[in-house]
Amino acid sequence: MTLTSPPVLLSLIIFLPALGALVIGLLPKGRDDLFKQVALATTILTAILTIVVAMPASPSGNSSVGFELGKAQMQYAFSIPWIESFNIYYALGIDGISLPLVLLTSFLSILAMGASWTINKHVKAYCILFLLLEMGMLGVFMALDFFLFYVFWEVMLLPMYFLIGIWGGPRREYAAIKFFLFTMAGSVLMLVAILVLYFNSDVNKLNVMAVTSSHVHESVQEEYDPDSKTPLHTFNLLALAHQGQAADSPFSQDLVWGKSIQWWVFLLLLIGFLVKVPSVPIHTWLPDAHVEAPTPISMILAGVLLKMGGYGIIRICYPICPEAAYDLAWLVCSLGVISMVYGAFAAMAQTDFKRLVAYSSVSHMGYVVLGLGVWSLGGATATGDYWKMGMNGAMFQMIAHGISSAGMFFLVGVIYERVHHRNLDDFGGLFGKMPVYTGISMGIFFAALGLPGLCGFIGEVLVVLSVWNYSQVLAVISASVVILTAGYILWTIQRVYLGAEYRGPHAEEIKPMTKRELAIAAPLLAFAIVFGVYPKVVFNYMSPSVDKVVDDIAATQTHYSRLRRTADAERSEALPTDLAALETRVDREEATQP
Amino acid sequence: MTFFELVHHSLQDSLGTSLWAFAPELIVCATIVALLFARMFTSGQSNSAYVVMMVGTVAAFYVAVKTKAPDQPVEIFTGMLVQDGFSLFMRRLLLLFVFLFTWMTRLSGVPDRESATEFYTLILGALLGMCLMVSANHMLMVFMGIEMASVPSYALVGIMKGRRLSAEAALKFAVFGGGAAGVMLYGISLLVGVLGTAHLPTMSVQLAGLLSSPVASDYQLILVLAGLMILVGFAFKLSAVPFHFWTPDAFEGATAEVAAFLSIASKAAALALLLRLTLGLGYVPASQESQPAVVPQLASAAVESASGGVEVRAQGGTTALAPVRHYLAWLIAFLAAVTCTFGNLVAYGQDNMKRLLAYSTIAHAGYMMMPVAAAILLVGSDVEAARQTVAAILFYLAVYLLMNLGAFAIVAFLRNELGSEQLPDYAGLARRSPWFVICVAVVMFSLVGLPPLAGFASKFAIFAQTYRAGLLSLVMIGVLNTVLSLFYYLRVVKTMVLDPEPKERPAPTITVWSNAGYYCTLIAVLLVVLGVFWNPLFVEARNAASLLLP
Repeated sequence: MTLTSPPVLLSLIIFLPALGALVIGLLPKGRDDLFKQVALATTILTAILTIVVAMPASPSGNSSVGFELGKAQMQYAFSIPWIESFNIYYALGIDGISLPLVLLTSFLSILAMGASWTINKHVKAYCILFLLLEMGMLGVFMALDFFLFYVFWEVMLLPMYFLIGIWGGPRREYAAIKFFLFTMAGSVLMLVAILVLYFNSDVNKLNVMAVTSSHVHESVQEEYDPDSKTPLHTFNLLALAHQGQAADSPFSQDLVWGKSIQWWVFLLLLIGFLVKVPSVPIHTWLPDAHVEAPTPISMILAGVLLKMGGYGIIRICYPICPEAAYDLAWLVCSLGVISMVYGAFAAMAQTDFKRLVAYSSVSHMGYVVLGLGVWSLGGATATGDYWKMGMNGAMFQMIAHGISSAGMFFLVGVIYERVHHRNLDDFGGLFGKMPVYTGISMGIFFAALGLPGLCGFIGEVLVVLSVWNYSQVLAVISASVVILTAGYILWTIQRVYLGAEYRGPHAEEIKPMTKRELAIAAPLLAFAIVFGVYPKVVFNYMSPSVDKVVDDIAATQTHYSRLRRTADAERSEALPTDLAALETRVDREEATQP
Repeated sequence: MTFFELVHHSLQDSLGTSLWAFAPELIVCATIVALLFARMFTSGQSNSAYVVMMVGTVAAFYVAVKTKAPDQPVEIFTGMLVQDGFSLFMRRLLLLFVFLFTWMTRLSGVPDRESATEFYTLILGALLGMCLMVSANHMLMVFMGIEMASVPSYALVGIMKGRRLSAEAALKFAVFGGGAAGVMLYGISLLVGVLGTAHLPTMSVQLAGLLSSPVASDYQLILVLAGLMILVGFAFKLSAVPFHFWTPDAFEGATAEVAAFLSIASKAAALALLLRLTLGLGYVPASQESQPAVVPQLASAAVESASGGVEVRAQGGTTALAPVRHYLAWLIAFLAAVTCTFGNLVAYGQDNMKRLLAYSTIAHAGYMMMPVAAAILLVGSDVEAARQTVAAILFYLAVYLLMNLGAFAIVAFLRNELGSEQLPDYAGLARRSPWFVICVAVVMFSLVGLPPLAGFASKFAIFAQTYRAGLLSLVMIGVLNTVLSLFYYLRVVKTMVLDPEPKERPAPTITVWSNAGYYCTLIAVLLVVLGVFWNPLFVEARNAASLLLP
């Protein structure tokens, strides 16, 4: 067990924040600056560890640490027995889908902690909760065991509730309980889905290749016996995915009301994840939570928490339930498009600056949902390339939105701390008083708008392009949302930054950005530009794994639609014919049998 | 068999096995006597009662832990009681509870020195009844155990002499309890009358024989009625809807300590007995499958004409009992769903903490009955799965013990500090007692069932087993109830953390370094540790369950 062995390294990334929280808890009270410094140092250390993990491995392969670019499979994967009675393992791993999100999390945590310097109430508790929140987020992105995933998913709820509820705005209690309730409702549905999957899974029915590539624990590999009658249940996400994609998947059996296990599980999981994304009509917690949450928490909320929903869909929903994904493609895609349009219109109608940014999140995350869902619209006739494009676009959009929305919330926070209001109609003329701030704001806002050359453009264009192939109506609608987005963002810029002079309250408080604020906003803008100009830096990590997910599901999809076509053909043949014709057909078929 | 032979035989049975197996209970009995004696020699102003109680409980617990589980279920006292892993596990759990409970009463100062002797005597008396409940093997012991546990409870509720509310609660409890016991006794007599025996394992063989005989339909109504009536008694003990009315009143009238006792020990024993009785009636162990069943004498004429003999072989007893299992399982599942939903819905409106926890207890009784239904269904098809389900229930009970004890301890400690048990008076406690409020939060969120706390692990285990039995809709009801329960548990934490401190209230400070602080910390730490590393306890529970269903 050296420091560089995967179990130690990945566990350290997850639990270092918890360790930091413990240290802060043991420090004597009253030393607020020290708490913040320890918390900041912890987030920086964690980020350094994630960067160590992400460093491209040398081609010679002699270094033990490093991420192999171009490898689609899980890396650093390991599995340690945890609760044997229910086959639960402490299993972690990283691939091209989770790594960018892990990096985004650790990076945004530093910035958000930096943005927390203005928090002066109960600093000790704040820092502890903040670090626990980071632990939960990192755990979700690395967990390979569904039970572990669920534990981390829920662990985040409590810190978030208190962070909004104690340090939030005037309606903080309402916003906090609403957030808690929505997420909890979604996650208990997920729990039911987990139970259904667990008790219908059977590692013994997988082939040897699938078992070894699932990174199950050695004891499970030893116990593996294809001839065994007793099922060997599992929570391993990769094994469950293999199970779902198998030709005779146990998840294709009927559950209730003539729908298969897959169908129900997909629906339950989808609801759980879409609450987090959030998608219309279960998005209503988001504007409240965002408006009431303190600035750094808004950054985390928009930058990372929403991504967990998208991550869950691509990591769990689609690979485990491919057939159901095919059946419910219309639902996912239409929810995505509705979110985009609704979010954009709602954003346009807001007078509260933060609420506007919150609704823009709903709209932008709609692209993610649409991009993830689009591949299954095409069915068997489609070629895999467009699916990959859509999914890659969705993944890129998650990263891009993580940067731009965190930036926007931070920038709103900067001006709010000076003038103590967020009323869009009372702003104006900030360009003259805060030129640097305005410059950075325009960069970040244009990135959100999807201006070519900035990060928001890449994800949007990939998603819209891929949609065109399957549904031109959806493509036209989603493309025209870009106009709406441009509408509300340009209008915002005009109302806030341009204009002759600032006429709202606290005009005397408006001062240029401090160095600390600049140090937080500048990296965000830098990344927005880098990712916009050279998106390959993200795709290099992401694409192999995303493409593999698509290829795996596509293989199932082809198989499934062939089955379906055969079934349809048989039905249409059997229906109109009279008995004689049917008999001839049976005779003919019997004759062809060897 | 001559008289002397009989005496010799019974003496051998008693001295050889039964009394040794019964040692912890005997120590409890001795402690009761010692308590009463201690009162005579001291003036009642010393701590003697507490000391005697502690020594006795620890000794009994030690002996109970040292008792090794037998390889086979051992019937003691001529089949009245049975000793198996299940009864041993439950006995340890109950004794552990009484130990923690006594410690808590010491810290919270109720009972005072004046009434300590009566208080502890009643507690031990009820404990004795509960020990009989969890190891009952005979309908007589079932009823005896329930009554022995109930009667001291009535007195305990009214132990605050001179408080009107307390007296009223005790009266309500006693009247309600008496009624339920009467109905239950009638049900038992019907069942025993039909089956011709009150010995539980024989009853299941008889029942299987009766059901596979042609006269089964004649007895259907009586059997259904008997089952329903016996369940009334259990529903009362478990405070399942619609027999829950006494719970909030009794809890509010009693002290928080007594409420804790009623909410934990009483429920745990009743659930264990329900499990033992329903599984006993719905399952014939493989070793007894071949035993001949004697169909009731009443029916003998009919049977003679139909099958040409009084004895009917129970052909695959467990299979024949399928209707019994379905009847019991669906009845309990329905009760569970209603109880759980009702408890959670009503709890939200409560301002009095004891009433709130009473409805929380009702809701938890609902959760706990869900896997009972599952176990009954599973025992017919997959005994190993049924054992796992029993293990899940035992695990849930162990966790529930800690959670609820923590919750009531918090109420008791705060009553001493604030002089109030109203939730609004708890506002803003986090300012001065942050660590204490963290412990409260751990207990409350464990009651909700949020990971990584023990409450989640136990809920996960019972929901998993309930799903395994095919009761998907029950699981759905369970998880949605979890969301409902979030409201009121969170409200407690919210009041303490987010609400501003009232001006006129004395400012209580409960630090980590106080007795109350240690106690709550212990419970909170245990809940976290058990929530992360719950495999050992579950394995222990699984081993305990194996002997219940040999």
